[in-house]
Amino acid sequence: MLSPKSKPSYGVIVVPDRITKKDYDTVVIGGGPAGLAAALKAREKGLETLVVETRDRLGGIPLQCIHPGFGIHYFKEDMTGPEFVYRFIDKLLSTDIDYTVKSYVNMAEYVSPMEKKLEIITPYGTEIVRTKTIIYAAGARERTRYEIGITGPNPAGIMTAGEAQTLMDMYGVMPGKKILIVGSGDVGLIMARRFVLEGAEVVGVVEILPYPSGLIRNVQQCLKDYGIPLLLSHMVISVKQRNGRVSSAVVVKVDENFKPIQGTENEIECDTIVIAAGLKPRTKLLESLGAQIDPRTKGPVVNEYFETTIPGVFAAGNALIINDYVDYAVEQGELAALAATKYVDEKGIRIKKPVKIVLGRNMRLIVPQMLTLTSDALFYGRVARPEDNVWLSFKEIGFKIPQLKVLPSIMIRQKIRLDKLRMLETDTLTVEVIPRD
Amino acid sequence: MYRTIIIGAGITGLSIARWLTRYRGLQVIVIDKEPDVGWGVTKANTSIIHPCHEEHPDKHPLRSKLCLEGHNLWYKWVKELEIPAKWPGEIIVATNDEELKGLHKYIDYAYRIGVPGVRLIDRGEMLRLEPWINPDAIGGLYAPTAGTINPMMAAIAIAENIVDNGGKLLLGTRVEDIVVRDGKVVAVETSKGGIEADIVVNAAGLYADKISRMAGIDDYSIHPRRGQYLLFSDRVDVKPNKILHTAPTPKTKGVYAITTVDGNLLIGPTAEDLPEEAREENTTTHQGLDFIYEMASRILRKLPPRNKVVKTFAGLRPEPSTGTFIIRFHEKPWGFVEAAGIRSPGLTAAPAIGKHVSKLIIERLENIEPRKDWRSKRQAIPRPAYMAPRERDKLIRENPDYGWIICVCRKVSLGEIMEAVKRMKKIGVPEITLDGIKFRTHSMYGDCQGSQCRPHIAYLLWKRLGIQPWRITTKGDGSKYAFTEVKALLRGDRGA
Repeated sequence: MLSPKSKPSYGVIVVPDRITKKDYDTVVIGGGPAGLAAALKAREKGLETLVVETRDRLGGIPLQCIHPGFGIHYFKEDMTGPEFVYRFIDKLLSTDIDYTVKSYVNMAEYVSPMEKKLEIITPYGTEIVRTKTIIYAAGARERTRYEIGITGPNPAGIMTAGEAQTLMDMYGVMPGKKILIVGSGDVGLIMARRFVLEGAEVVGVVEILPYPSGLIRNVQQCLKDYGIPLLLSHMVISVKQRNGRVSSAVVVKVDENFKPIQGTENEIECDTIVIAAGLKPRTKLLESLGAQIDPRTKGPVVNEYFETTIPGVFAAGNALIINDYVDYAVEQGELAALAATKYVDEKGIRIKKPVKIVLGRNMRLIVPQMLTLTSDALFYGRVARPEDNVWLSFKEIGFKIPQLKVLPSIMIRQKIRLDKLRMLETDTLTVEVIPRD
Repeated sequence: MYRTIIIGAGITGLSIARWLTRYRGLQVIVIDKEPDVGWGVTKANTSIIHPCHEEHPDKHPLRSKLCLEGHNLWYKWVKELEIPAKWPGEIIVATNDEELKGLHKYIDYAYRIGVPGVRLIDRGEMLRLEPWINPDAIGGLYAPTAGTINPMMAAIAIAENIVDNGGKLLLGTRVEDIVVRDGKVVAVETSKGGIEADIVVNAAGLYADKISRMAGIDDYSIHPRRGQYLLFSDRVDVKPNKILHTAPTPKTKGVYAITTVDGNLLIGPTAEDLPEEAREENTTTHQGLDFIYEMASRILRKLPPRNKVVKTFAGLRPEPSTGTFIIRFHEKPWGFVEAAGIRSPGLTAAPAIGKHVSKLIIERLENIEPRKDWRSKRQAIPRPAYMAPRERDKLIRENPDYGWIICVCRKVSLGEIMEAVKRMKKIGVPEITLDGIKFRTHSMYGDCQGSQCRPHIAYLLWKRLGIQPWRITTKGDGSKYAFTEVKALLRGDRGA
């Protein structure tokens, strides 16, 4: 099965031949970490697998993440994004997994439980492919200035962190010299440091919350070590321009309800505004299939197999839920692949008892949102507000795990074994954060 | 050969130019200060082809006539030029008795101008016609002929057709003076040198009064009236089929809610009178956007949340001090023509303004005859993602770039982007801009506003055409996309 298709090719773009097969057990949509991990696991389990990637190469977002911090959980090693993702790419290239790049799934149709039809546009032409399952791992997109209410003119020089990162670290292009960063999540913090390391001036990082949203170690290593000011409880309300390029940002202090405080406006000069205000799962194709979308995660509603409300269509990675670590995306990809294998082998995922997950006290979002009660369940969730010394409680089964500190920016990951879940007598399971005494 | 120079490559100037290319004996040149067509008033408006029943036939006889004639010409133009358009009809939604009473007069206007099918409808029929209307509304006025087009696609299509018929565009060229000798216009001085002219047409939009003054005409002035808009994702469920708007006021036609030809919910505009000097103040404000959101909620059953907005923008309208269109052929100086103060319904009227102005010119010239070889047709850039597979595959076989979707929000292929660049060069843009590509292909136009595809597009332009990303601009002038290459700042090179 692992007959080599081509030699490992670290960093070299390999353009695959036109795919010839028309039927697959699973089609993985997205060639980033979640998709690659899913494909490898699916093939390992014997599924005929195709990976579809829109860009000209496999790898996804880690290709542009030249900072360390990748693989700490999965490989127990600290790597850069490209190092991390090339472990998967090289492995994939040594298998007979089919993949296609510059390829876009234009349409997906649910024909029957064991047949989904995909129309894929490629430079070779339109491919019509039939598959038993789909693993949707198309990643996320970044929120834009318009979604966070920045008004003013529409000049050049306002871009998302990912766009700036693509320019700098894939294409060697310097997008600005005097940078203001909006958002103090890890992406914003890392980009602040990245700009300084390239000789740019970072005039500040603006955060609407009263505390930084990134990891404490990143606040130290990316901002404090370089003397970059962090403006907490502030937001950018508008921009000004000169000759078509941004020339300054109007920053204002906000109250506890995130409403601007009159008279605190301050103009900060900059030639570039980098928006690092969070990500949104990409769900267009899932929506076209009729999959239910969770307004909290903005991703699909799934069961413990990461199966969406469309039978045989699974989701993983940032297309499922916005993850803190690439390791989680990989984990979800592998779990989705195992679930797809089960689906193919058993002709579907059976439900023992449908259970709805309910968000209780101080829980903002969670996946899975429902259970079949046929397997262990791995929960990923986020709290609504920071709290110390609490229980993470799965109420109806009386299961509690102590937590020293919970933060919205730190994802909660908790596995619950099937034997525990089986104790459930109701058809809902409430997940909540409660004080420890 | 009479040389005709048209100042302003907006929808008005281009429509005039298109009509003039139909004649032999005329050389048609369109000048604009911007590096592309349609970047002034044309770029940001409500994109409606009005039925024209809201024009006062006595106060604005010319405007109402041109509006209706323009409306009828658009049916033909959108087909000839493959401009995205639809004709769903419109409803003015009344939310109280006073507004409802105010609608009666439009039936009279419609009858006198000749707008078909305009009638009052009761609440029940209104909600059946358009279920997205707010059930609190009490009645409305239905005008079945209203349509909407993509104005930028229209400007681009007309520009391509002009060039195809031998007309010339001088973009990125600023008019500095108009030379009058012996009571006649003889030349235009520009930032790129002087050009002799027999006829000079002023279609300069927000700057028309300044151009007129260069020819010694100063009996009117222009001030900008700003309109702000919110554009929602094409994936929100609120998609009114009909064009909806609040009851008109003396200043505006009200706040609209429409599903654009591109499938986005668009709400707006405000109508803010700005001082004369604020002709580049196309900026949005929190106050303005909040106002629109509030007004739109009166006519819609439900509004998508504000975080479903993909873009907010503002446009400026040239509001003339005379309050109405200024369209005239001057005898003094002879050969100076104005199509100024083209405020709403300027987009609707544009083809008719073009016809009217070209007539004013032609009837004063000798030996001008219609051309037999005039080409009425122009083809749009193919959009493979929206084609049937067989047709698409034929296109991809000829050019595999059409098989690589670069912009996933709007499903735009590399082939479309490269074709847009080719066409930009053909009409003579002085530089390739990212906005120029955006308006032609709708890449960078979707939910992510280009954050995913723009760097790749810039990179591919670099690799394919040698345009370095720090040389390309978003919208010309100083709007550079990037500054330099990575490491250059560390070397002490601060870039351009």
